[in-house]
Amino acid sequence: MIMIEARAVTRWYHEWIAVFIALLLTAATVSVLLASLGLDPISSLQRIFIRPLNSVYGVSELLAKATPLITIGVALALGFRAGVWNIGAEGQLVMGGLCGGAVALAFWNIDGFWVMPLILLGGTLGGLAWGAIPAFLKVRFNANEILVSLMLTYVAILLLSVMVHGPLRDPTGFNFPESRLFHDAATLPKLFSAGRGHLGFVFALIFAVLGTWVVKRWHLGFEMRVTGLSTSAAKFAGYNRDRTVWMALLIGGGMSGFAGVVEVTGNIGQLVPNISPSYGFTAIIVAFLARLHPLAVIPAGLLVALSYLAGEAAQLSLGIPAASTQVFQGLLLFFLLGTSLLVNYRIRFGRVA
Amino acid sequence: MTESVAIAERLSASSKQCLGVRGLSKFFGDFAANRDVTLSIDAGEIHALLGENGAGKSTLVKMIYGILKPDAGSMELLASSYSPNNPSDAKSAGVGMVFQHFAVFDALTVLENIALGLEGRFPDEALAAEILEVCERYRLHVELDRRIHDLGAGERQRVEIIRVLMQDPRLLILDEPTSVLTPQETEQLFTTLDRLSDEGRSIIYISHKLDEVRALCDRATLMRAGQVVDVVDPRQESTRSLGEKMIGERLNETKRTQVTEAHSQKARFTVRVGDVYPESTRNVVLTDVYLSVAPGSILGISGVSGNGQDTLFDALTGELTLPNPDSMVLDGEPLAHLDVEQRRLRGLLGAPENRLGHAAIPDLTLWENVILTARHTRGILKNNHLISGTSAKEFAEEVIATFDVRTPSVNAKASSLSGGNLQKFLIGRELLGNPKVFIVSNPTWGVDAKAQLFIHQMLLKLADQGASIILISQDIDELLSVTDRICAICHGRLSRTFSTEEMTPEHLGALMLGQEIDS
Repeated sequence: MIMIEARAVTRWYHEWIAVFIALLLTAATVSVLLASLGLDPISSLQRIFIRPLNSVYGVSELLAKATPLITIGVALALGFRAGVWNIGAEGQLVMGGLCGGAVALAFWNIDGFWVMPLILLGGTLGGLAWGAIPAFLKVRFNANEILVSLMLTYVAILLLSVMVHGPLRDPTGFNFPESRLFHDAATLPKLFSAGRGHLGFVFALIFAVLGTWVVKRWHLGFEMRVTGLSTSAAKFAGYNRDRTVWMALLIGGGMSGFAGVVEVTGNIGQLVPNISPSYGFTAIIVAFLARLHPLAVIPAGLLVALSYLAGEAAQLSLGIPAASTQVFQGLLLFFLLGTSLLVNYRIRFGRVA
Repeated sequence: MTESVAIAERLSASSKQCLGVRGLSKFFGDFAANRDVTLSIDAGEIHALLGENGAGKSTLVKMIYGILKPDAGSMELLASSYSPNNPSDAKSAGVGMVFQHFAVFDALTVLENIALGLEGRFPDEALAAEILEVCERYRLHVELDRRIHDLGAGERQRVEIIRVLMQDPRLLILDEPTSVLTPQETEQLFTTLDRLSDEGRSIIYISHKLDEVRALCDRATLMRAGQVVDVVDPRQESTRSLGEKMIGERLNETKRTQVTEAHSQKARFTVRVGDVYPESTRNVVLTDVYLSVAPGSILGISGVSGNGQDTLFDALTGELTLPNPDSMVLDGEPLAHLDVEQRRLRGLLGAPENRLGHAAIPDLTLWENVILTARHTRGILKNNHLISGTSAKEFAEEVIATFDVRTPSVNAKASSLSGGNLQKFLIGRELLGNPKVFIVSNPTWGVDAKAQLFIHQMLLKLADQGASIILISQDIDELLSVTDRICAICHGRLSRTFSTEEMTPEHLGALMLGQEIDS
């Protein structure tokens, strides 16, 4: 008989052991899948997970993919700690890209050091505004932020599509649904000679450090955490739930918007109908993989970014569809949630006492 | 010894002994919840099981009722070997138990609930007739077609007792049966129990109310740290001597000394308000609240749980703000419109009844829990925004040292402390903030006797230092021994306030039931 019983003592490292077990289980399951396709698991795993990192180009690509994941992951970690479930980071990212991109296009032929900050500000405000909608509806009408933020994601994606097909389309672009290319002054500098890794990654690292500081030292971060843990204790302490909802969604929206504008100015260089391979959704996995610790979001973001590269590598070198990315990510999230049970409970074999 | 003599001896023993427990032990990991417990209960005896929280009383009765299996030892019921595998074995052997938390279905009627507890019976006329007969015999009044959610705690308990009596038990276990009852309801319960014992049924009565045990029980087994420490005749003992045996050390008398002359008798904190509507419709609406407290004085508010105490606490501490600022005045300053934090800054502090989840957050450490209410003292919050972990830890250390909180460190989670230690910490957290007015709700609920005493002394000392205290409590003994003035709350209305010296338990019970409160 197998029994699950509560642990008498929980230690901090249990969480990380659980993460490690989840990674092992994911690797094991992927191996089984690869073997069932008639491939040698060990060499295949090496080809899809290790080889992409063997060059400056590979590392640079990894950082490019990790940039939005870390930026958004930090923001979501703060919000989730507060019990505010912002599922619409993808939409906020798209709005950030769209608004920041619009600013970049307004100055498409102008050079100046002030252009870039203006673009970043525009993108951040775009995401902030998109995050403010579910916050307002939650505070005013107690509307569920999960549903509102999720639905607004599709509105944002369609809005981007309308703009790129219409007003923001490149006048000299033969009617392709793409904007003009941004001016050099409106693109973020690259970090390496190869690949697409750009300055945005440095911003992401700064955010992770700032996020940690907010959690550990800033009273507002404590207030948000308390509100997430117990509303009635928060009330007794004199903390305002509405303020927490606003803060969580504005931080989430603003930083997702920032990630969006960084993506279009650092990575893509113009506006296109599809600016994100679901970074906003994947960042949810990243936040939980990091157990909602902002600093741990950095390795988590890098790891999940690797799953994107692995998907591409699987397609290129093994002939497996690129959709395998989603399989990798899905397995990882599944095992993470499963093993998180082990943090507070343990499995015991034996007879009923 | 010849065989016939042995049989005769056993028969005579069986006519006398109902339950025999020999060398019973139960371990949870390394922790001995019960160690070598031996006890004997005669037929028709009302036997008290006394001990602090965690002394092992619950573990023992759970083994007798078949919920837990002992690791060692044996039991004998009515002269035959007894080892129940589950409660249903226990029931068929003649053991019945009334739990502290009622296991009844709110949406069903009394009759349906009783039928559910009896295997193979349906809520039909025949059953109703049998129930009424039992009710008649034991003078337990209850209406069979009423739904449980319409009933008060005392009536619900009667339903549980009837359900158990329908199984014709030889041994009845009652776990803290009077914790939810008014004095009048307690009297009624005692009458029923006396009758059951006259019929030769045995009763195990778990309680920590020493007065009751002395009034009701024939013998008392005292438990401490999982072991039996003494078996006494409670009628030969004083409440004090019982208490000392239970805790294992001498108690200091808690008695209210007269309010010293130095403190003026003039009210410092007054509340005068018409209706108070709670945020949740589940809480009781308050009507015509008027109360006032002088410096150095303790006002007690008694009442059966669920009569508006939650709303009152919220309104007093500021979790619920009132539209008219003047409905609450502290030292001449209106503050009814102010929120918790603003009232706290003006010296009005509180300690809610629910320790984990309201007063403290179980998953946070003690020093983090300090930040919740004490952040504006001792530089815990710098520039209003930055948390100083060092200051918060120092504050927590001071609370722990000053109020004798037993905990490994300030980094322990709030949930890891025992009820008494956590309560000492939480009240201490407020007391270090030098409250002018301190609102406290059921401070000793679920707290062991020693911590209870300590907490009472904390409150008395605070009053001696000149603070005004409002003590909302269901514990009548506590109210009568600690307060200066006393009133009762019933259906959201407050009774008149009386001097505690003139108050008797009977009078207070009447007030708790809403008598003398004009509506």
